[in-house]
Parts: sequence; structure tokens; C-alpha cells
Amino acid sequence: MSLIVCRDLVKTYRLGEMDVHALLGVSLTIDTGEFVAVMGASGSGKSTLMNILGCLDVPTAGTYTLEGTDVSTLGENRLAEIRNSKIGFVFQNFNLISRTTALENVQLPLFYRGIPAHEQKALALRALERVGLADRQRHHPAQLSGGQQQRVAIARALVTDPSIILADEPTGNLDSQASREIMETLTQLNREGITIILVTHEADIAGYARRVITMKDGVILSDRDAGGVAVARVVPQEVRA
Amino acid sequence: MNFLLMTVVVAFRVLSRHRMRSALTMLGIIIGVGAVIAMVSIGEGAKAAVQAQIASFGTNVITILPGSMTLGGVRTGHGGAVTLTIADMEELKKIPGVAYVGWSRRDAMQVVHENKNWLTTINAVSPDYLVIRAWTALNGEFFTQAEMDTAAKVALLGSTILKNLFEPGEDPMGATIRIKNMPFKVVGTLEAKGYDTRGNDQDDVVFIPFTTAERKIMGTKFLGSIAAGYLSAESPEQMAPVIDEVQRVLRQRHKLRPDQDDDFTVRNQIDIAKVQEGTSESMKLMLLAVASISLLVGGIGIMNILLVSVTERTREIGIRMAVGAKRRHILLQFLVEAVVLSAMGGLIGVGLGVAGAQAASNIAGWPTIISADILLIAFGFSALVGIFFGLYPANKASQLNPIEALRYE
Repeated sequence: MSLIVCRDLVKTYRLGEMDVHALLGVSLTIDTGEFVAVMGASGSGKSTLMNILGCLDVPTAGTYTLEGTDVSTLGENRLAEIRNSKIGFVFQNFNLISRTTALENVQLPLFYRGIPAHEQKALALRALERVGLADRQRHHPAQLSGGQQQRVAIARALVTDPSIILADEPTGNLDSQASREIMETLTQLNREGITIILVTHEADIAGYARRVITMKDGVILSDRDAGGVAVARVVPQEVRA
Repeated sequence: MNFLLMTVVVAFRVLSRHRMRSALTMLGIIIGVGAVIAMVSIGEGAKAAVQAQIASFGTNVITILPGSMTLGGVRTGHGGAVTLTIADMEELKKIPGVAYVGWSRRDAMQVVHENKNWLTTINAVSPDYLVIRAWTALNGEFFTQAEMDTAAKVALLGSTILKNLFEPGEDPMGATIRIKNMPFKVVGTLEAKGYDTRGNDQDDVVFIPFTTAERKIMGTKFLGSIAAGYLSAESPEQMAPVIDEVQRVLRQRHKLRPDQDDDFTVRNQIDIAKVQEGTSESMKLMLLAVASISLLVGGIGIMNILLVSVTERTREIGIRMAVGAKRRHILLQFLVEAVVLSAMGGLIGVGLGVAGAQAASNIAGWPTIISADILLIAFGFSALVGIFFGLYPANKASQLNPIEALRYE
């Protein structure tokens, strides 16, 4: 069974009198263990697609099935639970809570699970170990380098043992050395079996992925594996106005 | 429960990050609660002191004073005319609802004991007078009916007399004092009452039997005339009907025509108590208004700071939502912060209020009463203020769109 199955996703925003079509019918299947990069210029709809895949937003039309559950019709509380249990986010600007230690930041998703504090700490410490930052657990984000902050964010994404890690321009704010380290960390995690979906506009970053989806104007332009062979598991539908 | 506890811990951590801001935010609540507790404690203390003074007069006491007399255009004031007699009082004893009847005459006289002397009030009274006016014997007994009937030369001493005529530690019981050169045996001493509502020392007094004064010391123009009569009603509710009946009986006995004024005056403690109650009621309302305004201002301060905090922490809220916080988690977090702020302010305010009241009684010597009730109420209200004024910012935070919140710079 596929991890993610999207059919004819449409997202329309209303900006004043105008309807803005961010997604115009996107169909997509991603299996467990894949490492997918989503590319495209700004305004191509890749961020909207990420928000829907991350259960932060719901599509205007179409269906999104995650691990067999149709999540496109769920309420906010259920979506929050799915974000908590199945999805780990890594953002371009790290999005760590300032003046809070690395360990506490990693603990945050577990906090909303309501598990005992000592279990939260133990799990968070293990996640920090996985990204090689166990010795920085008491540091605040401001005391960490960009690369270290992003690794803390990866630990936070990992700590709940999610089905997918969604990384939105994870290297956008990093120098090339730190970028390489982060991408190697993600590659390593993917090798350990975690599905990774990466949004980027940099071709070399997309090069770490084994499948590259390119978007333009709200539709998928191409869907190829690392060797450049079209995946095309779902034939793109007609563009709806 | 577990989650709530953890949220409280987080709230303390968040608030301690902005110590100065949190302290300033709490200030409104601190001042409001502190001021109310200090003022209520001082007010209650003053009220209790006045009530004790009123109670020292006796409970449910009705005073009857004889009328004045006009002699060649000169009016004599109360008691100038012989219009009230023992016979009148005996008659009033029959009115239903009357518990005790007593009477008195007083005069200032020099009292001598061995080589000491003191000018004081000699109060010549019937035995029940002491009961009505709530005197308590510290030693010995009140006058007996036999002592009254035989005009015995016995005396009861107030505590001020004791201080001025006897050496410290000297036993006055059975001692002989002289009034107008006549020996009186001390048969008892009285418990101190302190000052009355007008500031007179109530303990500067020597009580002797009425008959003794009438026949041997003060003399009388008319046998059985009294300077003041006292009644005590059985209950506060009986006061009004008893007063009406007293007036009716006395008018009848004095054969007054309907067009004639009373030749006596009836007074009672209720009037004084009512004035007192009225003042303390309006004082209470004032306090309540001050408390409400300061808590309102404090609450608005909390709301204001929380709104700023919500804006500042928009991205944090977005992050929390992204990792799985539900709207109610966010709502609870900000609400708990508001309540922690206001409750801590309330707690500090309670402490300062108690300290202020203590200082008022230690430094200024004001009587204060700090009741646990008012502390609990003040603290409870401050917590409620937190919930009330925290609700709007907390709701605002919980309604943020996670995608927009994450992008907020």
C-alpha cells in the first residue's frame, strides 16, 4: 500500500475579489521509504502542496489519503493529532522556540502527546543523539550554529517516530558546508527507512533525492527518478480552470 | 491534569523570561488586592472597636431622662424637673418585653482612702442598673436587695478608682473608703470597660446603693426622684414596641394632655448603632468600588501584555500547532499564563495587604482585624480576573492560522 495517495488536489485561495488557484489538480503517489524532492519556482504551488501533505491545510477539492486514511475531510483536532504522530516538519528558518533549550524544543511534540515528563526527556535525548547533538541539549538556539539548529529541528521531527519527514527548503539559510551535513543527515535517515519529502529550488539539493517532482503553475510538470526516467504513476489530469 | 500541570510549569518559565514585564503587569493586581486588604482590615478593626464601645453601654438599653423645667426663662436641661420617679420605673417593669429596670443618680464627690483622695463620679444605682449597663464584678458581688432596703454603706469600685486610691497589689475588698466623710465598705471591684463613645473614662466611678445616696449623701428634693431610668429589652426586636409603651405609660402616669409635650426623653442605643452601621456600609461600598476599579485596571494590564505576547510569539504558536498542539492547548497555555500572573499578583497583594495592616496597627496603633475570609476572597477574585481578561488574548492565539503563524516574522 502506498504511503501517500493524492488525487486531483485543487486548492483555491480567495484574495479579495480574485480567486487564486494554487493547485490545479495534482495527483501523486509516494511509497514508504522514498526520498522525494519537490522543485519549482515560487508560485508554482509547491508550498501549498507541502502544507496539504503536512496536514496544515486541507484541499478545496480532491482527496489525500495518508496511510489509508482520507485526511482531506478531517477536522482540525484530528489533523493536529496526525501532525503530531505521523509527520515531522523541518523548516527553512529552523523554527525552534527561542530561549528554550535544545532538549525542550525536541520534547515539544511529545508534550502535546501528554506522556510523562521523564519519558519525554529520554525520547528527546535519544533523538538528539541520532543527529549527533546530545552534548548540546542544554544550549539555547541562539547558542547554536545554523547547522546545529537545523539538526535540533530534525531531532524534533524524528522524536515522534513519524511516517514522513517534510523538509521545506531545509538548507535555504545554511552555508554549503552545513547544507551538505544536513542533506547527509537526511539521506542517512532515509536509508534507515524514513520517508522524506523535500521542497527545494536548488538542483544540487534536489540531487540528494531519488525522485524529483517538478511543479509549475499549480500542476506537476515532471516526475522523474534520479536517473531521469519518468515515474508517471498517475497520469496528470486535464487542467481545470 | 498532567497536561495542565506541565502547562503551569511552562507558564512560569515563560513569565520568568520577562521578569520585569511580568512584575509590572502584576503591579495593578498587587496594589488593588493589597490596598483592599489593608483597608478592610483597618475598617473592620475600627468597626469592632466602636461596636465594643457600644456594647459596653449594655445591650438593648433604653434610657429615660426626666424633662427640663423653665424657671423664670431659664431652662434647666434634662433632669431639672422632678418628673421621673422610682414609682414610674416600677410601673414600667410591667411592660411586656422588658427584662430589667434600673435607675441612677450621679454626683461628683471626693473619695478618700487612707492618705489618698480622688475626685470621681459617685453613681447611686439600683441593683439591676449594673446588669443593664453590662458591668461585671471582678471581685465580690453587686448590691443585694437587703443592702438597698437598709441603705447600707457599701461601695463597688471602678478600675480607675482602684488605681488611684490603692497601692498596686493592695486588696481593696473589705477596705473602708470615705465619701463626704462617711465610711463605706468596699464590697466589690468591677471589670474595666474603657472609654465610651464620647471618650469619657467609664471606669472612673464609685457605685453605691441608690437608697444610701438618697438618704445619707446626696439628699433629695422629692423622695424617689431619679436622674435617669434604664430599661433593657429582652431582644432588639422588642426595642421599638417597648419604647412606644414606655411613652404611653409615662404620659398616662404624668397625666399629660394630648397637646402637651413629653416631660421626659427616651433614648436608645439602636439609633447610635444604626448610624455606625450606615457609615461602615458606605465604607464597604467605597472599598468595593476601589477594589473593582483596581482589579479592572490590573486585568486590562494583563490583557494588554498578553495581546503583545501573543503577537510576539505568533511563530511559536505556529510551531506548536505544527507539531500537534490543538487549539485548546494554545488557549489553555495563554489562559494559564494569565491566571499565573494574576494569582501571583493576588498572592503578593495579600502579603502586602497583611503587612500594611500590621504596620498600621504597630506604627499608628490602629486596631486591625485580618480575617481569612477577605484574604481568600481577594485572592479568588484576582484569579478570576486572570481568567476573565486572559480569555480574549488566549482565544486570539488559539484562532491563529498555523501556516500564517509559521511564516510570521
